[in-house]
Amino acid sequence: MLLTSAFLIPCSLFKLQKMWSLTDISSAIHNWLNQTFNPTWALIIEMVIAGIAVIGLFAVLGLVLVLMERRVAAWMQIRLGPNRVGPFGLMQSMADTLKLLVKEGMTPDGADKFLFNLAPFIAMMVAMLLMAPIAFAKGFQLWDMNIGVLYISAVSSIMVISILMAGWASNNKYSLMGAMRSGAQIVSYELSAGLSILTIVVLTGSLNITDIINAQADGWWVFKGHIPVIISFVIFIIAVTAETNRAPFDLAEAESELTAGFHTEYSGMKFALFFLAEYINVFIVCAIGATLFLGGWMPFHIGHWEAFNHAMDYIPSSVWFFGKTFFLIFVIMWFRWTFPRLRIDQLLNLEWKYLLPISMFNLLLATAVAILGWHF
Amino acid sequence: MFIVKYIKDVFGGLKSLLIGMRRTGYYFTHHKEIITEQYPDNRDTLVLADRFKGEVVMPHDENNEHRCTGCTACELACPNATLKVVTKFDITPEGKKKKAIDKLVYHLELCTMCNLCIVACPSDAIVMAQTFEHSVFNRADLTKILNNPGSKIMDGVE
Repeated sequence: MLLTSAFLIPCSLFKLQKMWSLTDISSAIHNWLNQTFNPTWALIIEMVIAGIAVIGLFAVLGLVLVLMERRVAAWMQIRLGPNRVGPFGLMQSMADTLKLLVKEGMTPDGADKFLFNLAPFIAMMVAMLLMAPIAFAKGFQLWDMNIGVLYISAVSSIMVISILMAGWASNNKYSLMGAMRSGAQIVSYELSAGLSILTIVVLTGSLNITDIINAQADGWWVFKGHIPVIISFVIFIIAVTAETNRAPFDLAEAESELTAGFHTEYSGMKFALFFLAEYINVFIVCAIGATLFLGGWMPFHIGHWEAFNHAMDYIPSSVWFFGKTFFLIFVIMWFRWTFPRLRIDQLLNLEWKYLLPISMFNLLLATAVAILGWHF
Repeated sequence: MFIVKYIKDVFGGLKSLLIGMRRTGYYFTHHKEIITEQYPDNRDTLVLADRFKGEVVMPHDENNEHRCTGCTACELACPNATLKVVTKFDITPEGKKKKAIDKLVYHLELCTMCNLCIVACPSDAIVMAQTFEHSVFNRADLTKILNNPGSKIMDGVE
């Protein structure tokens, strides 16, 4: 089920030229394993490989995104950013990681020790689970399940449990307050995130990630679905920014009010896990946004421009996917370094008085568009 | 109308957010705006803002002459007794006694760079310099005498 799905996906829509492709690599590994071992062992080894690949991706993403965030922040604030460690400061996040690794992971005396130590691992586990249904390239997916979108929205709500756990177990007023705010925030914003995802599900008629991507072969939803999809795209971006606890919705951390919110008491590697989980979550929600609205790994095509479309097909699908994802990550970073933090009442007003009614109305509009066939 | 106001609110909010994002987007793409100085590397070409105040100095001209009359206006103006004027009496060619400064003692360790002495000085004898590498190993080194040895007052400054 893991890498096996790689070649079950129908790819009749494109005749991508034979070049460096992740599908070839995964199918070669799969065939070799099945020839060498019996199917059970082959499956177990494939699972181990997939696990290692996910952990490796996490590590790389953590390093890259932290550096990217600091650079983007610096440039937006007319500063230079890290430029001392390594060429152009590229080793900065590596040095930070080393520092966090050798730091002592303190557990406070008054804390609930078991929950306190468990919380960061739950945060990481949720991030890992969310990796499963994401299609990184054409036919390159860990688990192509038929309820992919439902799975994503279900699993991502476990995230709040790790935050509440961390805040409660720390036995610290700031932590508890941050965790409670985070709870209110994530529970609220999940509604409009879910409704904006539903817009795409309505238009595609499927919860399967592969089906959703294939439906965008002749144009991404954000272009094909006109107004309702554009509205839901904007709402989705706002809601996921809130769900990942990033500024302007970073009330759970709120440095200026709650020191560091729910992870005030954490240090060393346990803090690093929370920090990493935040960035991984940003990557995942942007990957989901890119999949649903910007066509996943689908190249950019314009109507009947055969030569242009052909040239676009030459770019590998993984480059398309990561390009779109990193564009969305950049947009979310742009939000963070432009907007001031909302107050808790403003935050809830925005969700319950603006985003939720608009996304409900928008879902209705999208349904009408889908039934009447007004989209391209 | 409630609904009109609601829609106006939504679009007005979006517009104001986009204005903010345009500003930061401009800074993101225009690296010439960056004002950070890479200090130890560019010590020779360092550019400091005009308003930066490092320490009080007394400028001397090529004849080793300053403009200080010893009126103690700076000493009176200073809120933390950073400046101390030590006066002496010169004998002018006509045989008259004339007040002049012996030493203008400046305690850098007490100075908060408030600029009040510069404002108070009636003859513009002291100015703020832009030096800032003030670290020394001995606290006594921070007490400075602003007038050069053997200097005297410029002609025409009363």
